[in-house]
Amino acid sequence: MDLTLQFVPYNEIESLSSIGRIKKLIHLVKEDKIILLEGRLRKDEETELIKTTMELIDEDFRGLEIGVFYSDQQYGDIIKRLRATFVNMLMGDRIGLTVIGPASIIKEIKRDPSKFQLLAHAPKTPRKKAKPKRKR
Amino acid sequence: MLQIIQKFINKVFKDLFKTRKHIKLGLYGPPNGGKTTLANRICMDWLGEEMGTVSHVEHETREIQVKEQVNITSGRKELSFNLVDTPGIATKIDYEDFMKKGLSEREAKKRAKEATKGVIDAIKWLDDMDVVIVVLDGTKDPYSQVNITIIGNLAARDIPVLIVANKADLKKADVKKVEAAFPQYDVVGISAKYGQGIDKFYEGLFVMAGK
Repeated sequence: MDLTLQFVPYNEIESLSSIGRIKKLIHLVKEDKIILLEGRLRKDEETELIKTTMELIDEDFRGLEIGVFYSDQQYGDIIKRLRATFVNMLMGDRIGLTVIGPASIIKEIKRDPSKFQLLAHAPKTPRKKAKPKRKR
Repeated sequence: MLQIIQKFINKVFKDLFKTRKHIKLGLYGPPNGGKTTLANRICMDWLGEEMGTVSHVEHETREIQVKEQVNITSGRKELSFNLVDTPGIATKIDYEDFMKKGLSEREAKKRAKEATKGVIDAIKWLDDMDVVIVVLDGTKDPYSQVNITIIGNLAARDIPVLIVANKADLKKADVKKVEAAFPQYDVVGISAKYGQGIDKFYEGLFVMAGK
């Protein structure tokens, strides 16, 4: 199975409403794409994304995995935190990176403050058909 | 005239105190963190009865459960609240995971459907909460996006939060890691199953409720 990573620049979702953003992201996930979104959703949009995902879950769509990575002002010394707060004020939700992908492909997104790991499911290999025995 | 003003001020403070005294306290967190085990512990300690069933299979709680008027005391302090146990919040639900835990396909699909509805309800109820205890499995990675999203949402809504790192009785539990992940919040390490750290947890509740 081919794995598709799709980069979505922030300006592609900037003018959309919250519902529009969520619909667009879920549409891409349902196409089995892993999205690398520039920036991040708002907190209320993140919960709305979870809610909408739950409404769509069925036998084919099992949900999604999401990981948001950005420089948080809660870490580091006071200067680092002030700098991060200032950057956040200037850039808003444009800073950072959000990874979203289908749960059928992404097993887990592990993170700690400085790095993240994306663990994918092992591809299901089709069973080999047994070769018919030759008749002598 | 002074007496009237004094009475008015007393009434306002009394009313404020009264509303604060009877709060809606929600238990939130990912599935299998131990929300219902903690709810049972609180209810057993103060009401003498359990609240819900627990299971090793995820999404055992699939409906919001409310226990009204739980009164807890500590010395002269008293706190009365409605305890709200919510289904675990997740971004994915796969019925095949339930089948791996021994459920039939029919049961697994039914459980998955109910679990998705449970997550939606839990999110809808967020707005109604006065204070929230986020129950995390202390043996698991605290940096999961679901944890961050729940806590971030509560912060955005100005809802006071107490984080519980549950399953502290297990060797794999790492309360310090949970503290490091959420440095701006109070974190209490407990074992809801065995009652370890539960007194500290109740103290934390009083602090959070402003007592």
